[in-house]
Amino acid sequence: MIEPRPKTPSSSGHSATPGTIDREIPSSLNQLYQEVILDHYRKPRNKGQLDGATHAITMNNPLCGDVIELMLRVEGGSIAEARFLGRGCSISLASASMLTGRVRGKSLEQALELSRKFTHLLHGDGALLSDDDLGDLRTLAGVSKFPVRIKCALLAWNCLEELGDGTDPDGGSG
Amino acid sequence: MAEMTDAKHATGVLASEGPSEAAGRRDAGEASEEGGWDLAAIRAQFPILSREVNGHPLAYLDNAASSQQPLRVLNRVERYLREEHANVHRGVHQLSAEATEAYEGARRSVAAHAGTRDPAEIVFTRGTTEAVNLVASSWGDASMGAGDEIVLTKMEHHSNLVPWQLLAGRTGCKLRFVDVTPEGTLDLDDYDRLLEGRPRLVACTHVSNSLGTVNPVREIVDRAHAAGALTLIDGAQAAPHMLTDVAKLGCDFYAFSSHKMCGPTGVGALWARRELLEEMPPYQGGGEMISDVKLERSSWAKVPHKFEAGTPNISGVVGFGEAARFLADLGSEAIASHERALKRAVFERLDEIEGLRLYGPREGRTAVFSFTYGDIHPHDLSTILDQRGIAIRAGHHCNQPLMDHFGISSTARASFYFYNSPREIDVLCDGLAMAFEVFGGIA
Repeated sequence: MIEPRPKTPSSSGHSATPGTIDREIPSSLNQLYQEVILDHYRKPRNKGQLDGATHAITMNNPLCGDVIELMLRVEGGSIAEARFLGRGCSISLASASMLTGRVRGKSLEQALELSRKFTHLLHGDGALLSDDDLGDLRTLAGVSKFPVRIKCALLAWNCLEELGDGTDPDGGSG
Repeated sequence: MAEMTDAKHATGVLASEGPSEAAGRRDAGEASEEGGWDLAAIRAQFPILSREVNGHPLAYLDNAASSQQPLRVLNRVERYLREEHANVHRGVHQLSAEATEAYEGARRSVAAHAGTRDPAEIVFTRGTTEAVNLVASSWGDASMGAGDEIVLTKMEHHSNLVPWQLLAGRTGCKLRFVDVTPEGTLDLDDYDRLLEGRPRLVACTHVSNSLGTVNPVREIVDRAHAAGALTLIDGAQAAPHMLTDVAKLGCDFYAFSSHKMCGPTGVGALWARRELLEEMPPYQGGGEMISDVKLERSSWAKVPHKFEAGTPNISGVVGFGEAARFLADLGSEAIASHERALKRAVFERLDEIEGLRLYGPREGRTAVFSFTYGDIHPHDLSTILDQRGIAIRAGHHCNQPLMDHFGISSTARASFYFYNSPREIDVLCDGLAMAFEVFGGIA
């Protein structure tokens, strides 16, 4: 539900801050908060408990209190389903939501490769913008302009890497 | 500890060290919004306030995390380092004597700020956190045993919580927590119930770092003493805004930090009643804190040096002392009056914004505002506001149990200090309007 604009001077045309404020939204912010990202934040995909999960892990970001639990059901060597639970900012939740969609059908190894590419993308590797394997995840490339937020975008992926490390690709305990 | 409310005099003191910077006079138009408080002159004392962040004038609203330092403090520290530095309490040479005088002079200034006439009751530490750890280690290890109780509150900063958890781990003592009301004040009935357990210590914050609540310290202390408990007050968020009077508060320990009251980081103080300090065993061993050292055992220096092992942060302490004098010259009533005006204005403006929820009480609080804004996560808010040069804090503010209590994981926090201007409230509201636009509304 979208509510009306707040009654602040800037939005009501009130004169409390005449001419002192540049009201234009910086392009870096528009690139960071693209509609696709806000949509994943407000309507996360694959959010909820995953019955029959073969892998599950909860990680948090102690600096900000964000928490993500990532659950996978690996069957016959590939990820049949991925779901998540948690709380956090738009960047961490959108990233988790997109992750669950992109890793389905992949082997853990392929998912980890995707994770590596996504990490490079966040660190400003522009060549990856044409990598279709990343899909919607490319909309998170704007995070690279906000280094302190990279850890938000990576929280769910840290879960994935933790699950992928040292487990055999056919499943087993996470 | 005379309070100076004569603003002309205060301004004169402001200008006495270092040139004022024209750039800092940007807010001159709103300088005299209340009787004689020359905000432009005060802001000119803080060079950092005239810088830009992301193409906008800095609006520094993260003072509860750390305040900025005025030229008087910067200049004093520089002068100490350029002209007076040597190790303290050691040499007979001239420089060592000057450094010792600068260091002990700072102790007298900080003692005056805390409201004690006895500078020996001030122990310099690395900050509030170390001051609490000092008491937990020294007094705690010597006094607490299995089953003994300590009463804390659910609004403590982690720095007045975790040291007691460690003590509980070492001694088997038990921690009890005073509940917080929905308004964000302490539940004093619950406190009375906990006192029936005859705790040895009550450790409580003076001002909540996330809610701004000013706790009724005198009341808390009196009830604790009646129940036979000592009291430790975490003054980190109070000392910057008011001259403390430990005698009036009646407490036994009071901890505070330099960097939240216009001084350098890495230094703070523990005030404690002299007889307590004299009874307590040392906190750390080393140089400076000894009287006589043999291979097998040593005897301790007199207080406060018994608790100041090793070469201290001398330049930090010197800056801390200058910050205390700076605040005294401004006058705590003048500071409080300006902050009251800011507080009123913030309430007025933020109350108007639909979907914005403020935490903490309406009365009996400082100008620290924790809030949430619709479904925009505090981190996203902080990123967006930062693009407008607005520095706020987002997160749990080292208050995780309190956040859990309110059923939230984090808040945005705008914390004001005496050098903030009404214009910065407008800038904050404008930034919030921009966040609303970036998110396409709030849910």
